[in-house]
Amino acid sequence: MVPLSSFLVVGAALFSIGIVGLFLNRKNVITILMCIELMLLAVNINFAAFSHFLGDIGGQIFVFFVLTVAASEVAVGLAILVAYYRQRRSIAIEDINTLQG
Amino acid sequence: MLETTFFYLFGGLAVFAALGVILSANTMHSVMWLILCFFNASGLFFLLDAEFLGIILVLIYVGAVMVLFMFVVMMLEVNQAVKREGWLQYLPVGGMIALILFIELVAASTSGVFTTGDMATTAHLGAEVNNTVEIGKVLYTKYLLGFEIAAMILLVALVGAIVLTLRERKDAKYQNISKQVNVRKEDRLTKVSM
Repeated sequence: MVPLSSFLVVGAALFSIGIVGLFLNRKNVITILMCIELMLLAVNINFAAFSHFLGDIGGQIFVFFVLTVAASEVAVGLAILVAYYRQRRSIAIEDINTLQG
Repeated sequence: MLETTFFYLFGGLAVFAALGVILSANTMHSVMWLILCFFNASGLFFLLDAEFLGIILVLIYVGAVMVLFMFVVMMLEVNQAVKREGWLQYLPVGGMIALILFIELVAASTSGVFTTGDMATTAHLGAEVNNTVEIGKVLYTKYLLGFEIAAMILLVALVGAIVLTLRERKDAKYQNISKQVNVRKEDRLTKVSM
């Protein structure tokens, strides 16, 4: 029998790796998007674990919604990348400073 | 015993694949590692009696989202050398933040709240419980509004992605439909007296 805390530790590890990835791959937008996916996956594992151990299926419904939002986020994010690449022929983060942010 | 073995297999491989995602130099390899990570997370979902979500994760993530990632990685050429430049510069601060967060999360999840009491362990549901049916029962009743909002979000994302990537080529010929529909006989016909 696997206890709840083991699943939470896996989720914590995946989330932390996602954060390290955000810092390490600052130059690559696509990898940053993938790190965000990793962090969302960690959250999903936590939701499913609590749903199982509390005997409440509501947690799985929320995983479903998180998956929906993550999928649309990726679709729109990658579409923005493609549109940007057509304009500038580059997706390097340093070049994305038109708005002086 | 078998379940514990599979938990360590899936959990360990998921964390290993996540490390591969952030450490590989090639973006394509990162995508491949992320696919492995999602497969193993799907295995974890199966261990948690969430069969529907496990299948959904493979179908939607591996089947659709990761293919989209691959497509974009192949379409855009990323300069690998520039990408890795100053790579380890931010490792100390990022690693420290992540390490502190990880220690805090592990401390919280291994504290007494989750390791003792009713929540610590639980028996698996019987074979007669159909996870998809159970999800459907609450999704279409209690969470109907959320379901509809999710549908709207997907629709808006679909339209948004198409509009963002739509490109009108200058050198191609296009129909002007409204002009064609609104044309009158007088515009095109001229009577010539012979």
